[in-house]
Amino acid sequence: MNTKEKYSLANLVIDHALKNGAQQVSVSVDESRSNEIEIRDRQIDKLTESNRNSLTIRLYVDKKYSAHTTNRLRKEDLLKFTSEAIAATRFLAEDEYRSLPDPELYYKGGGKDPGIFDPSLESVEPAKKIDIASRILDEAWGKDERIITVSSYYSDSISSGVLVTSNGFKGDMAMTGVSLYVTVSVKSDEGRPSDYWFENAIFFDKLVKSGVGTKALERVLRKTGPRKIKSGSYPMIVENLTASTLLSPLFDALQGYSIYQKQSFLAGREGKPVASEAMTVDDDPTLPSEPGSRLFDSEGLAAVKRPIVEKGILRNFYIDTYYGKKLGMKPTSGSSSNVIFKRGDKDLPGLISTLKKGILVTGFNGGNCNGSTGDFSYGIEGFYIENGKIIHPVNEMNITGNMNDLWLRLAEAGNDYLEGTSLKVPSLLIDKVDFSGM
Amino acid sequence: MNYRRRDFIKIGSLTIAGSIMIPPFLKSCKGPQLSNNAESYLNHFEVTVNQLQDVIRAAMGKGADYADLFFEHTLENYASLEDGKVNRAYSNVDFGVGIRVLKGEQTGFAFSEDLSVDAMIKAANTAASIADSPGNVLPVNISEFLKPDYYPVKTSWEDTSVKDKVPYLQKVNDRIFELDKNVTKVNATIGDTTSYILFFSSEGRLAWDYRPMVFMYVTCIMEKDGRVENYTASRSSRSGSEFLTAGLVEALSAEAVEKTSILFEAVKPKAGEMEVVMSAGESGILLHEAIGHAFEADFNRKKTSIFSDKMGKKVAEPFISIYDDGTLVSNRGSLNVDDEGNPTERTPLVKDGILTSYIHDRISAGFYKVKPTGNGRRQDFRNVPLPRMRCTTMENGPHTREEIIASVKNGIFVDTFSNGQVNIGAGDFTFFVKSGNLIENGKLTRPIKDINIIGNGPQALADIVMAANDSRLSDSTWTCGKAGQGVPVSMGLPTVKIKKLTVGGTNA
Repeated sequence: MNTKEKYSLANLVIDHALKNGAQQVSVSVDESRSNEIEIRDRQIDKLTESNRNSLTIRLYVDKKYSAHTTNRLRKEDLLKFTSEAIAATRFLAEDEYRSLPDPELYYKGGGKDPGIFDPSLESVEPAKKIDIASRILDEAWGKDERIITVSSYYSDSISSGVLVTSNGFKGDMAMTGVSLYVTVSVKSDEGRPSDYWFENAIFFDKLVKSGVGTKALERVLRKTGPRKIKSGSYPMIVENLTASTLLSPLFDALQGYSIYQKQSFLAGREGKPVASEAMTVDDDPTLPSEPGSRLFDSEGLAAVKRPIVEKGILRNFYIDTYYGKKLGMKPTSGSSSNVIFKRGDKDLPGLISTLKKGILVTGFNGGNCNGSTGDFSYGIEGFYIENGKIIHPVNEMNITGNMNDLWLRLAEAGNDYLEGTSLKVPSLLIDKVDFSGM
Repeated sequence: MNYRRRDFIKIGSLTIAGSIMIPPFLKSCKGPQLSNNAESYLNHFEVTVNQLQDVIRAAMGKGADYADLFFEHTLENYASLEDGKVNRAYSNVDFGVGIRVLKGEQTGFAFSEDLSVDAMIKAANTAASIADSPGNVLPVNISEFLKPDYYPVKTSWEDTSVKDKVPYLQKVNDRIFELDKNVTKVNATIGDTTSYILFFSSEGRLAWDYRPMVFMYVTCIMEKDGRVENYTASRSSRSGSEFLTAGLVEALSAEAVEKTSILFEAVKPKAGEMEVVMSAGESGILLHEAIGHAFEADFNRKKTSIFSDKMGKKVAEPFISIYDDGTLVSNRGSLNVDDEGNPTERTPLVKDGILTSYIHDRISAGFYKVKPTGNGRRQDFRNVPLPRMRCTTMENGPHTREEIIASVKNGIFVDTFSNGQVNIGAGDFTFFVKSGNLIENGKLTRPIKDINIIGNGPQALADIVMAANDSRLSDSTWTCGKAGQGVPVSMGLPTVKIKKLTVGGTNA
């Protein structure tokens, strides 16, 4: 389906819904195509091709609201689907807060191309993709006698969509993505540890096509022979690769839904300190060619750069139209775009060198955070640090605490973003975290 | 199963399948002798046996060993309550066919959302490219798999309106507010899914299934002295709308209120290694995370599982027997037929402490030269089947719950969980404890909450030193994620004691 056909389908459904009793409607039509190649121990393990289409309709009928998605896009089916969905919506209770966004807040066109689409991706030959995946596998394969198995993955996707609302919004987007990933398993006395590395890019030509296997192998070999250490309070460095996991409860707590449902430990704290001065985070959809770059969000709201936390002070929440009305707050956007954590001066070895004793966390294993209170507990793996040096790997330990205290103890942010992801978070050093071990 | 046109009183629509009018050419098709049910499923997807064979021929066209087609039509509906009103509903319709081609252990896969023969053959040609030699496909006899009925349905979800669900959501809301004055908010959702499945393989296996599923959950939020706590209770079953009863509403309400109010009293235990007693039922998460995933045979054939070299060896105390069961009536993890057309069963994984079977899909069963165990499962037609758990349980042990608790001097008792995870190779597994108690001098004392527990799978299995005679199943809404695919599962356990796990907590 090309963009014109998507618009035409969206308009068809909107017209039909308005004629059949809906007062407001929004329709999105989405399409994605992807390819995945998995190579294991030098043999192709899996080739997957996928092509998917869907249409989502959001209905506002007599102050009642419902939303529906289907992948059956024949016109006659869609019209019937819409009529039935409207009829079903009438059985719900009224909700005075439901409506399409204020048209004033919509993206109105004319924005600069966010640069997130690579037209050349479509013409990359399958043989070339297989060759790239084979090369990164060979970087690790056979390079150490402890290796049990090596798998490499190539995947790419081309997605596009349109969003049309009955109160005047019309917008389309298209984006591409391409990824490489290698995982290596090795045999050791304690088990069969594995580790991985990956590279992501929007543009095929910009994808880093080597080093993925080498890094995955380095990462797994350095963690053989882990030892649990004594429970206690230690400074913690969280490596950039996993730092976003630790930040995710903070972002959950910034959502309008969480605030309204009393599941946000950050509710009502705008303008107040929620972290140490080392934390400055922006949400910036306007950056050129980053995975979270966009002109408008899923409701059609114009994308705007906003500070989230400035030197530890909370500045903005993620508020969509519905929860904005319920909370009496101005909508920002219900979803994050590019999250940019302000960098510090040191790289990871630099941060490590500052610690007399501490733990570098390189991976989380399970765990959760209570959104209402901020109480968290996560399984970790990583390395024990002494006198500024990595001493040995650790595993089978937990960290436990409260998000409010944790971020107030953020001592320093590193300077090492991971490229190719929308969460630009460097390695972070946090003073005093409760570790449970032996 | 016969289907008929439904009134449009439900959110989402069966008729979207476009399967109501049977095209004339289908009616006149003379295929092999099939049951009425098989015919109705072919009609549902507007395909004939001859067309299925054409698609299989294309899939096998480049020298594959095997190919299969997995047709799926799924209807999902969700109705939710917020602020005391059922004021939102969502639905999803999914329709298509997954085409898988195997050459040895290699897989080619593509899917089509368009069930025209041309579109299916195009997808089959793509999947076929995993193999690269000329194919010669001989016609095979069709063998229809006559499925058992592990999930009988009294009233199907297609015969159930959103109007029928509203009173249950409303009642659970009202009941929770009635039970405790500290309740400030209630959220509740009923979600139902109906899937029509048709399966056909290059070996001639023709299978079909009608899969209902429902869950109801309620989140209770309380405020007390400026503090807020929340707890979510849920139940799930493969059944029709007879699942919704006054008893269900009462059970969910009572659990949500009791568990939320306890959280205000809860403390964090002292961090470190200690004895852990896991209560019957929900604690089946131990089996799922500590060993279940590591028993999945794809990890073992690839030698990445920590259990890869343990088959036939002692892995637990002799009073421990563990099963993965796909045959329990109306159970969330049950399947009449797996997603590779194989019958499900009660598979003994550990018998009297000895590892006896992995969890197999077609590829791994072929690799290990064993009979498939009926564990080949997929999230939907867009994904390939993998070895996945169904309902993982442990049989009764020789001890009693009281004995077990009394045997612990300093430890914890855990009874509800929100999530878990495992690193297959290292064997480290975790589960997040939503509620439990400290055990001090053989007695349950202060409640605990929000802590992660971490252990090593094989070690934890070997460290189950006591098991009680109170095994029961959890009927919560468990969904297992693997390789980006979510499938419904369930679990069960008697009360057990594990000698040592690392418990998150404070060092104060």
